Amino acid sequence: MHNFTPLAALIGGILIGLSASAMLLLEGKIAGISGICAGVLNPAKGDTAWKAAFIAGLLAGGLLLRIFLPAAFDFGIIRPYGMLMIAGLLVGFGTRLGNGCTSGHGVCGISRLSARSMVATMTFIASGALVVYLVDHVLGGAR
Amino acid sequence: MKANLVSFLSGIVFAIGLGISGMTRPAKVIGFLDFAGAWDLSLAFVMFGAIGVFFVAYRRTRKMRAPLLAAQFSLPTRTDIDAQLILGAAIFGAGWGLGGFCPGPAITSLASGATPVVVFVAAMAAGIYLHAMVQNLGRSRPAPLTVASVDS
Repeated sequence: MHNFTPLAALIGGILIGLSASAMLLLEGKIAGISGICAGVLNPAKGDTAWKAAFIAGLLAGGLLLRIFLPAAFDFGIIRPYGMLMIAGLLVGFGTRLGNGCTSGHGVCGISRLSARSMVATMTFIASGALVVYLVDHVLGGAR
Repeated sequence: MKANLVSFLSGIVFAIGLGISGMTRPAKVIGFLDFAGAWDLSLAFVMFGAIGVFFVAYRRTRKMRAPLLAAQFSLPTRTDIDAQLILGAAIFGAGWGLGGFCPGPAITSLASGATPVVVFVAAMAAGIYLHAMVQNLGRSRPAPLTVASVDS
């Protein structure tokens, strides 16, 4: 594991946890990014402003990263455009059908000891690993 | 207004956490999912850190009648494990492994201005709309499906 970076991962994870905790303790909301995205794309009255503000924060944070930690956008692997389009469609559709993604299920749900979120997280890690195996080991990799 | 400021600032902290942790780099994500290759366990530590903090915060809410800036908590209420949950998670995971991005890192990475990220996010938005269309088709049938709107 030559790329192993547990300390940076842990620090980043703690920041993600603090952000989600602020949303919970101050606003009573779960910081589930896929649900927040869907709420901005299909706005419901009275429940959209906080979601738009959170997305704006992600973009502002992204700009700060671009200035102060450009290595965050050293993507390393960028799949071909066709694959990225299919991937985006699957991520958008799948997170709505399954009611959450890495943040909502993987972080917030598991922390709440939700069996739904534990099953969802194991499922998306397993299917992600299967696809990586197929693309990078069976089909020879598309990087 | 104050609540929206909290959301905005939380979004910033979330994005910086994603950037520091490696979640914005598909090479790290694909390395984490690559059990048969040079497996990179790092991203498990993102989950340890985030879950460790949020677990404590969630326990804290049990002693609170309401959040500090809102009238009530809006938390997921569903506990059933159904086919939609598993199928949806499987589809999401496939896209995650294929592209190397999940929703938060993808949106954060838009700030890089890189075209592949724009393509991914546009497709992700299309996927979200596609799901809304399919859901509406289900609703317009004579025996309407009960679709839970609660998000985790």
